[in-house]
This record gives sequence, C-alpha cells and structure tokens, in this order.
Amino acid sequence: MQYIPNILFLIALALGVGYFTKNIRKIIRNIKLGQKVDASHDKAQRWRNVVRIALGQSKMVVRPVSGLLHIVVYVGFIIINIEVLEIIIDGLFGTHRIFSSMGAFYGFLIGTFEVLAVLVFVAVVVFWFRRNIQRIKRFLSPEMKGWPKNDGNFILYFEMVLMTLFLVMNATDTPFQEMNNGNVISQYIAPLFSGLSEGVLHMVERSAWWLHILGILVFLNYLYFSKHLHIILAFPNVYFGRTNPKGQFKNLASVTKEVKLMMDPSADPFAAPADGAEAPAKFGASDVMDLSTTQLLNAYTCTECGRCTSECPANQTGKKLSPRKVMMDTRDRLEEVGKNIDANGEFKADGKQLLGDYISTEELWACTTCNACVEACPVSIDPLSIIMDMRQYLVMEQSAAPSELNVTMTNIENNAAPWPFNQMDRANWINE
Amino acid sequence: MSEIIKVPTMAEYMAQGKNPEVLFWVGCAGSFDDRAKKISKAFARLLNNAGVDFAVLGAEEGCTGDPAKRAGNEFLFQMQAMMNIQVLNGYEVKKIVTTCPHCFNTLKNEYPELGGTYEVMHHTQFLKSLLNEGRLKVEGGKFKGKRITFHDPCYLGRANGEYEAPRELLRKLEVELVEMKRCKSRGLCCGAGGAQMFKEPEKGNKDINVERTEEALEAKPEVIAAGCPFCNTMMTDGVKNKEKEDSIAVMDIAEMIATAQDL
Repeated sequence: MQYIPNILFLIALALGVGYFTKNIRKIIRNIKLGQKVDASHDKAQRWRNVVRIALGQSKMVVRPVSGLLHIVVYVGFIIINIEVLEIIIDGLFGTHRIFSSMGAFYGFLIGTFEVLAVLVFVAVVVFWFRRNIQRIKRFLSPEMKGWPKNDGNFILYFEMVLMTLFLVMNATDTPFQEMNNGNVISQYIAPLFSGLSEGVLHMVERSAWWLHILGILVFLNYLYFSKHLHIILAFPNVYFGRTNPKGQFKNLASVTKEVKLMMDPSADPFAAPADGAEAPAKFGASDVMDLSTTQLLNAYTCTECGRCTSECPANQTGKKLSPRKVMMDTRDRLEEVGKNIDANGEFKADGKQLLGDYISTEELWACTTCNACVEACPVSIDPLSIIMDMRQYLVMEQSAAPSELNVTMTNIENNAAPWPFNQMDRANWINE
Repeated sequence: MSEIIKVPTMAEYMAQGKNPEVLFWVGCAGSFDDRAKKISKAFARLLNNAGVDFAVLGAEEGCTGDPAKRAGNEFLFQMQAMMNIQVLNGYEVKKIVTTCPHCFNTLKNEYPELGGTYEVMHHTQFLKSLLNEGRLKVEGGKFKGKRITFHDPCYLGRANGEYEAPRELLRKLEVELVEMKRCKSRGLCCGAGGAQMFKEPEKGNKDINVERTEEALEAKPEVIAAGCPFCNTMMTDGVKNKEKEDSIAVMDIAEMIATAQDL
C-alpha cells in the first residue's frame, strides 16, 4: 500500500511524457510534409545565432519593457525547472527533498528558485495587464480574437498557478521551514498557514506538491495545442533561420533550368520530354506542402507576439496584411492537413488550400517586401518568404498578378524597363 | 541644365581596349525617371570630379529584374538576370556601383548564383570609399548646420545592413542629422518596394509614403535625404501631399554633395 503514491506518480509521469512525445512526433511529421531544405552550410553562424538570438534573447530587448520581463520569465522557467528533477526523483522513490543533503548549496538553489518564482509571478501579472487592460494595439488585431486571445491568457494563468503552488508547497513544508535553508520567500508565506494543525498542513503541502507536478505535466501537454510551443521550437527555428542578407531572395532552381534551356541556341525547341522524365516542378506555393520545412517550423514556432505585424508598413496603414496572420494561417492549415492524415492514413484532397481559403491575394499584394517583419521577429521567423512563394504561384502558375503589374512585367519583357521606354534611349539622360 | 558631364559607355572603352575602374549601373529609374535622372547626373559629376575612371552600359543595360522577382515573376527575373550577366561577363566587369538600392541588392545577392559575381557597391558606399581615399572632398557648403533627416532605403538598410555610409557622408556635409523615430533597422518603408511602385496600393486607411513623410516632418528637417530613386519619388509625393514642397526638399545624398561642391 505504501507504494501507491509512487505508482500513481509513475503513471502520471508516463502519461504526461508519453502523450507529449506522441504529439511532438506529429509535429515533426507535419513539418516534414514541407520541401526539404539544405541547412548544411554556415554551421558556425547558425550556432552563433542560437546562442545570441535564442539563448541570449538579443532581439527580445529591442522592446525593453516586454523584452526584460520576458527574460525574467525565461530565466525563471529554465532555472526553476531544475527543481522538477528533484520532484521527479522524490515522486518515483518516495523520498522527500532528496537534494537537501547538499546543505548550504541546496539552500542557495531553492532560495534562487523562490526569488525567481516571485519575479516570474510579477512579470506574468504585468503581461496579463498588458494583454487585457492596457489595450496594446498588437494584441487587439482581428486575428487575435477568440482562441488566440484566450490561449495567451491561459498560459499566463498556468504560470501564475504553478508559481503559487511552488511557493505554497515550500511554505507548508514544515521540515523545510524548520531547516531554515533557502526559504527566503516562503518563510513569509508560512505564517498564513500557522493556524492549521500539523495534519492539515501536511495535506496542504502534499496537495500543492501534487498539483504543482501535475500542473507541469498538463502544461507540457498544453503546448501542442498552443502558441506556446516557442519555448522548445525557438531554438531549432533560430538554427534553421536565414544566414544570408535579408535582401537575398532565393532563386528558383526549377526556373533556372527552364531559362537556361530557353537561352541555349542548340536546344531543340520541339523536343518532347524523355520517357520517365520528372514532371515539371510546381512554381511557388499554394498550400503548406509547397512550403519548405523551415517555413513550416516557423509556423509552429510563432508565439503570436505580433512584433512583425506592428512593424509592417502595410498593416500600419490599414491594409489587410498581417505577417503574424500569415504564420498563424500556415500553422492552422498545416494542422488541418495533419488531422486529415490522422483520419485517412494519408492526405486526401479536401478541396482547400492555404491560398484563398486562409490567405487572400489582397494580403499578399499589400506586401512591400521591406523585411521589417523578418527584422522584428525575436526568433528568426520569415513571413516574407511565404508571401513571396505564394506570389510566385499566383504569377507563374495562375497568371493572376494585378493588372498594373502585368503591364510592368510586359514592359520589362519588351523593353527591359518597368516603363514603356525604348531600351535604346537608356543613355539619353547623359545629354539631356 | 546643359553642363557637360563625361559618361562613356563600356562599348567605347572596349573599342579602346581599356577597362574602367568601375561600372556605373544607372538602373531604369536613373535612366528614365525625370527626377532620378538628376541623381544619375549628380553622381556622374561627382565621379568626374573625383577623377574616377567609369563607364555605363547605356543601351546594353536592362532592368535587373528586381520588380519582376518581388512581384513573383521568377521567370522574368531570371531572364533579365541571365541577359545582364552575359553582357557584364562579356565586358569582364569586376566592380559595379549603382544609385539604386534595388539594383544593388539584386546584383550583389541574387546574381552570383546565376553566374554573375561582382563587387557591388551602393553609391553612398562608393562615395565613402572615395572620401577615405582622399579622392573626394565633402564639406558643408550650403548644407552646413541645416536640419537633415535620412530615410533608410529598405534594400540598403535592413536588406544589406548598410546604415552608416550615408550617415557618414551627411556628417561630412556638417549637417545637423536628426533621426526619425523609426530609423535604421526599424526604419519604415516608403511604400515602393516589392513592386508596389508600379501598382496602386491595396485598400487601407493611409498611403505608406504619407505615413513615412509625416514621421519625417516630425523631425522638422529642411531636407529629407534619400538614397534610393523610388524612396525619393515616394517621399517627394508625400511632401507634396502635406503641401510642404516649398519649404522641404527631398534630395539624394549624391545630389547634396554635388550641390555643396557647386558642381
């Protein structure tokens, strides 16, 4: 009988970790629906980016208030999780504060956790205030209505509850308080419970302990359904982020092949494709499978902070385009495709696609390709590349460019300038 | 104006069996747009004045394909690129300078993969190097002490990380450089990029160039300095929209330096 808590703990842990692993596998499967990318180059630069941008949060502090608060939560999250290790060992083996034998160092660790727990709590309350009371514009965009708004708040409530449970657990732990080693904050909370009998106090402590670890397991599994995945995916996402200048848009290799063939005087204009030749590649992207694995990873990583959208010149002047929405749409569609695969074993055409059903052409044509969204993203997401891929599909597969752009392109084709001027007059300015 | 500027073509150089120090890529705006032609001329005067041995492609130059690419027409972009690369490689061009950040970005970043690798400089970078070599003298003249704000072109700044060259030139002009609220890596686009120059903007509540001009006006400048012919057009239109064209000029940095030198 005495092992029942240990067994229950083991079951909870296995369920929590197991379900999480299953869902992470699903994410990996979905990301792999995208086109493969070669990230074997610039390895040193990629690792530097991970250290500077992801670990070092260098882009978060561009906005000092939210940036510094985020660092508090981030550091708190990582460090307080060391405590989870002790909780797991205690839970599995029925020990109590197994690491406390470390003495003064244990006190230092727990003391640090307690201070951080308070700081995280405060930061999270400020975040809640910013989202719900302060009416910051980027949290009020149309794409933030409903689930995205609730999701953001749920995460904050989770963190408030977890931090509270951690402190209560310490405050009601009589042996820990008597040890007087590391209870820098909880010693001031303990008096709140001083009226309780020893038995009730112990029950409160046990309840807080159990709710704390179960809460962590539930939160872990909440990630999959939430924008909060960035706490894991930010790191690989930054690694796979771009390492070349932001102005360098990729050249489509499939087009290069065609253009070279067209310019080759010895090419046979009437040649039929060889038997068994590969079907010509689709130009650009109309659905998530046409995007690259990096772009799909981007979509899962996006935590909907909206810095991209608030820097976007089109969005700021009332256009429909919101780079954040582009990322949210991409993820929504990818998850829809994933569920389709879950249900049918493989993807069955559902008559829908990212272009049109999620992202409208009006949004795509509002982009100035200014890279403000790419620059603003604290975790190296590139919404612009998705916009460009979809424009390519519109223009090259559907000939669906706005008519003024068709005129521009015809001009370039005919006289090598976007305006209808004769190429032979290109040097006239010299003598005018 | 009918001042004499010396702008030889690559073909003329070739005929003499010579190669210039640098190719001046004029770009479509620089060749055909009335406002941008003045920038081309000012830059050519500066090059003449500094004794730079340069040439242009003239009728052999064609659009780099930037607007086509950003509009999604990769096909047309690569056609333009391949044709230009044939010409550039035929003349064994090593170094290119251009007054257009869009041409600059495309030539520098997107041509190498297609077989065209050159040292490409934006004209502000090139002028800065002339300054450092002592070939160009930049001093205040009529801009000394004037309030100037600089609008970062997206394809020079964010796209290629160059924020300092234009500012260094402005400092040499001894101006009072005032930054806009959104500048450098957070600079707001003028609204022309991504082929927007060639179409009506999508539905919204304001034009981007007006938004940007309003921000520039907050800095209370006498001149809005630009480094891109398209930004120049957009900001000029914005200033007109605000009916400030009599008190505020929009000028390319090359024009400012040429004016300061009375060229």
